[in-house]
Amino acid sequence: MAVIEACGLRKVYGGNVALDGVDLRVEEGGILGLIGPNGAGKTTALNALLGLTPYEGELRVLGRDPWRERDRLMRDVACITDVAVLPRWIRVAQLLAYTAGVHPRFDRARAERFLERTTIRPTHKVRELSKGMVTQLHLALVMAIDARLLVLDEPTLGLDLLFRKQFYDTLLGDYYDKSRTLVVATHQVEEIEHVLTDVLFLDRGRVVLAIGTEALEERYREVAVRPEQVAAARALGPIHERQAVGRSVMLFDGGHGERLAALGEVRTPSIADLFVAVVGGQAQGAAR
Amino acid sequence: MTPEPEALRTAPAEIPAVRRFAWLLRRELWESRWIYLAPFAVTGLLLLGAVPGAFQMPAKMGKVAGLAPAAQHAALTDHYMIASLLLMATTFVVSLFYCLEALQSERRDRSILFWKSLPVSDLATVLSKTTVPFVILPLLTVVLAAVAHAVMLLLSSAVLMASGQGPGTLWARVSLPEMWLMLLYHMVTAHILWYAPIYGWLLFVSAWARRAPWLWAILPPLAVGVVERIAFGSSVLGDLLSNRFSGGPGGMGFTAASRTMDPLMQMTPGTFLASAGLWVGLVVAAGFVGGAVWLRRRRGPV
Repeated sequence: MAVIEACGLRKVYGGNVALDGVDLRVEEGGILGLIGPNGAGKTTALNALLGLTPYEGELRVLGRDPWRERDRLMRDVACITDVAVLPRWIRVAQLLAYTAGVHPRFDRARAERFLERTTIRPTHKVRELSKGMVTQLHLALVMAIDARLLVLDEPTLGLDLLFRKQFYDTLLGDYYDKSRTLVVATHQVEEIEHVLTDVLFLDRGRVVLAIGTEALEERYREVAVRPEQVAAARALGPIHERQAVGRSVMLFDGGHGERLAALGEVRTPSIADLFVAVVGGQAQGAAR
Repeated sequence: MTPEPEALRTAPAEIPAVRRFAWLLRRELWESRWIYLAPFAVTGLLLLGAVPGAFQMPAKMGKVAGLAPAAQHAALTDHYMIASLLLMATTFVVSLFYCLEALQSERRDRSILFWKSLPVSDLATVLSKTTVPFVILPLLTVVLAAVAHAVMLLLSSAVLMASGQGPGTLWARVSLPEMWLMLLYHMVTAHILWYAPIYGWLLFVSAWARRAPWLWAILPPLAVGVVERIAFGSSVLGDLLSNRFSGGPGGMGFTAASRTMDPLMQMTPGTFLASAGLWVGLVVAAGFVGGAVWLRRRRGPV
């Protein structure tokens, strides 16, 4: 069953087209990475999913229209949209009590167990916590919600490496299972790319590439070309070429099979490299 | 036909709407503790002032002894009235500040993104914030004033008994139930119903303004008033507003006349309810609150 189904999703702010006909489908149990440069429309897309903004086009999340039924939808959807959105004046104990008071799927005891592993105490006010601790607190809240869809928008922005690593380890270790669906928009894609089932590259409001990670591994090849093979490799039409430690690294889209192995070491490109090749290549094309 | 999403999982226990709403109200009181601390502080000051006041009672009783009962009543209930008025003024000012902050602060600190991630509708949120100036603060005012009145009367009685005069005359002229009834009546007519469009406007501005809500609350009416004066030489809006703040249709209690005649005569709900201004004001207030709900749904962090 599709947890998210969007067709021709469009959003215009003033004269600015933030989303320009985005199609999207996420199946139950999927982990979608939403990747794009600043201003690509990631946050707008997520806001539409979460019922925070009206839009044009078709959009169904868990079978509901998010804009019309946000409060009902939020029983089954949890989200962290941006770091540090927890109110600074509130105490941790109040936050847990309030969430338990209004959210039928929130398990307060579970949130408390998560918090016991941290240095956050119930008497702390949010404003007394460091940025990393606020994120831990928000994560503890979200993980105590028995949600079917979890949406994360740059949840670890500005955190140090340790917190970021811990964030995803906890999330994937203690929360994620095949009955839940995850959508993550991030710049730091290398932290989650090994768990993604789908990626969606967004640029200037348009979908540049939407592909399952298995299909991606089959379709894209990266070759560290031996110096003497560079001309031969270029003849095969790589979609991108970059220099790395004295070697030309070329990215190929499909085909060529065994011929690539003769050129140098073949591997699956990282999502970050693929992103640069696909989106960066388009940007250059547009500039020309 | 796709099955209803929630049919796939065991349905969670529903939280009754009333209990959820109570949590929303509790949240408001957590965030804005000053809205009840200020009236409590004023009550404390009033009671502090009541102690030396009580010690002047024997002398005061001597002074009013020769007056007619109505004049005695006026003289002896004087400081009870002042206590009520001070408390009402406090909560009115608190209400103004509260309304302007209510839908603004959550956008300023971006916490609106968190509140909206919970299954609480914009309507419920705005209604919970509307409940504060319309129900919680008036109720608190009445309770605090009633307590202050009772303590003042008991203190005075104790001093009178100690001085050997006995509190008989005082109790005959100062009736607590009568004062409480007047207070309650005035709170409902003036502070809730008559001031409703003021709170509504401020809540609306609070949801609308990106910054400086005070300016947005004051400048547009001021500008319209000035333009009206220049263009037509009239002051319809100005009169309307000053009537809203300091006047009223009558029948709300607590007018100057209430000091010389039986204050219960001031309570004429018929006059009050028959005033067109009251009903127009309530419709306008409902419009503003509806507008605030509409905006809460659309506006993000500022």
